[in-house]
Amino acid sequence: MKQNVKLFTGFERFWHWTQTLLIFGLLLTGFGMYGLHDLFEFGQAMDIHLVLAWCLIGLWLFAIFWHVTTGEWRQYLPTSKGLMPTVLYYASGIFSGEAKPFVTTPRAKHNPLQRLAYVGFKLIIAPALWISGLLLMFYSSWKGTALGETIQLAWVAWVHLAAAYGLILFLIGHIYMSATTGSPWYAHLKAMITGYEKIEDPDAR
Amino acid sequence: MSDLHATRPRAPNPSASPSAVSFARPFASIAGVLLGVIFLAFGLAAGVGAQATDDAKADSKASTADHSKFEQLQGPFASGPDVTKACLGCHTEAAKQVHKSIHWTWEYTNPATGQLLGKKFIVNNYCGSITTNYARCTSCHVGFGWKDDGFDFDSESNVDCMVCHDTTGEYVKFPTAAGHPPYQDTKFMGKVVKAPDLAKVAQQVGKTSRETCGNCHFTGGGGNGVKHGDLDKSLNNPAHALDVHMDKDGLNFTCSTCHEFTNHQQKGSRYLVTAKNEVGIAVPGRENARPSCESCHGLEPHDRTVDNKLNEHVDKLACQTCHIPEFARGGMPTKTWWDWSKAGQKGPDGKPLVKKENDVVVYDGKKGEFIWAENVEPEYRWFDGKVRYTLLGEKIDPDGVVELNKTVGGPDDPAARIWPFKVMRGIQPYDSGNDILVVEHLFGKDDAAYWKSFDWGKAIEAGMAEAKRVGQTDVAYSGEYAFTETEMVWPLAHMVAPADEALACGDCHSGDGRMAQLTGFYMPGRDTNRLIDLVAWILIAATLIGVLLHGLGRYIAARKRQA
Repeated sequence: MKQNVKLFTGFERFWHWTQTLLIFGLLLTGFGMYGLHDLFEFGQAMDIHLVLAWCLIGLWLFAIFWHVTTGEWRQYLPTSKGLMPTVLYYASGIFSGEAKPFVTTPRAKHNPLQRLAYVGFKLIIAPALWISGLLLMFYSSWKGTALGETIQLAWVAWVHLAAAYGLILFLIGHIYMSATTGSPWYAHLKAMITGYEKIEDPDAR
Repeated sequence: MSDLHATRPRAPNPSASPSAVSFARPFASIAGVLLGVIFLAFGLAAGVGAQATDDAKADSKASTADHSKFEQLQGPFASGPDVTKACLGCHTEAAKQVHKSIHWTWEYTNPATGQLLGKKFIVNNYCGSITTNYARCTSCHVGFGWKDDGFDFDSESNVDCMVCHDTTGEYVKFPTAAGHPPYQDTKFMGKVVKAPDLAKVAQQVGKTSRETCGNCHFTGGGGNGVKHGDLDKSLNNPAHALDVHMDKDGLNFTCSTCHEFTNHQQKGSRYLVTAKNEVGIAVPGRENARPSCESCHGLEPHDRTVDNKLNEHVDKLACQTCHIPEFARGGMPTKTWWDWSKAGQKGPDGKPLVKKENDVVVYDGKKGEFIWAENVEPEYRWFDGKVRYTLLGEKIDPDGVVELNKTVGGPDDPAARIWPFKVMRGIQPYDSGNDILVVEHLFGKDDAAYWKSFDWGKAIEAGMAEAKRVGQTDVAYSGEYAFTETEMVWPLAHMVAPADEALACGDCHSGDGRMAQLTGFYMPGRDTNRLIDLVAWILIAATLIGVLLHGLGRYIAARKRQA
């Protein structure tokens, strides 16, 4: 018995898709500055990159506030309970059409593997990008300080670069898993757009 | 508008405590954009632009004295020194002041390096050295009669007032007369040099002009545009596009607008450059760092955008680096290569062979082979203002390219910034027994002069003997010479382009950009990390393949289940 359940609020969907646009813009302009393509003049790419970065910082501040006040931050608490079955499911069960070993509910929207991936993104990749990015942006404010004598600008740049590559890796996995592994295959993607997904009635279990 | 904007002093931001800066920025930038729009609207409405004031356009002859009414200046004058004596009758201290200037002494002890420099001592890769060649070289001395090392530097009447203060444009120094003008019409290289009417020139003296300074500084190295690259006769009448400050229809600056003179001593030195002005705007009564750009434009010349990166670059980049994107932009080329080793060829008439291409001499039997260039991209060097010369007598490495001078400073040096340079390259003789530079005795009526006998051995021997006699070197000539490649850097500060023609970020921040040769520091957009790139692309490729295989597996498995 499946029910159409609202999984994602308007704010979450706005946050997700705005962030998507900003992140793709940041990747495009950032790797443009790095010299991977010539779509923008360096200064133009940097101006866009900075504007997008400030927008994303603003969005994140709202999102953090929302998660804290609504308690939704708990959705990202990693758990070992059910992790192995989930990993096994994606490694083999998914091919033989087994049922998913987890149930999505509005109170637990993410499976254990998702939780791990998202918390990794939020606690490792994103902070590495923000901290190194802000250091790059404000280099002239700290180069004359003790910090400037301790770390070199190049190191900061390489952290930013490595984290940006890490972001690409995350995105490949994230897009594949969440946009193609629903039932039907696009169900999660649709849920992220409409907010609703047909899920099994937890009461029925 | 932009010029005006750039010179407006910035209001201090009282809220900008160090810790608040990073958080204040996004809001400051939004406020900045709004303010900018308001200022723009105001500026347009008020019709404010980068127009010259009437003062700036004032006639250079404007004065409280009409020199044509002075009895002392009625003439006729038999010689240049006679005119000077008349000048000194009223301007009693003028000659004494000039005596202290480098325009007179051609001598400069660099306080930073201790080197004894000036035209008297340095060796360049144009015509080498003035020693033994005085009468030719001193046609650009601010005096009369420096024909050998016996010149009287204490003579007041030997100061040439007219060469700087002429307003008629008729005063000339004869090219080979040791600083004297021609007193009769005289032929030089097939052209008649007209003798100036000294009384007329004396009666119309006035302020210096681009033309008076340019007579020497635009033609250094032996002809128009030869030496500097950012100074040539196109600056006599420059358009805005050539130099925003000297623009004849705009600000109409003369040389001395920036190179201010006090007691006949000018501001600005090629030997000890103000490479980084940390004083800012030259407020009267305070320290003045003219002629640097910052002495008018301040230390934060750019408008803040989403960031303040342009102003932050002031720390490591000279203004000139972006704002002089190319030199020799006035439609006249500059010499970039001079190969003395090719000199000596004669034409069928027995005279030195001269070959011209596109109106410039590319070969001269007296001087060798030349390359000229227009609209040249500068080369960039770290520069803290000190220039160290390779002087006569110092050991050189003739197997490499000998740096006749080089800038001091590097990326970790807080006093140094990246500056643009014309790099003059060429091949010139050296003493191969001692591995030192030489003085070439080029000019003169004697048989040893290269331009008489075309014998390098004799010319170098005579030049070095004289150099040793006058104390330019202690080392005696070994008797053997060869040729070596040399280079010499000339910092650029003129031909400042309109703002919209300044370099864009990507001109330097790219893999093969203008700073590609400068190493030892990280530069965004130029430098990459091949290790991170390699590891990352392997991981990305592996992930993509993994995802594709996983998806394909699911698809095939699903098809099988259906079947």
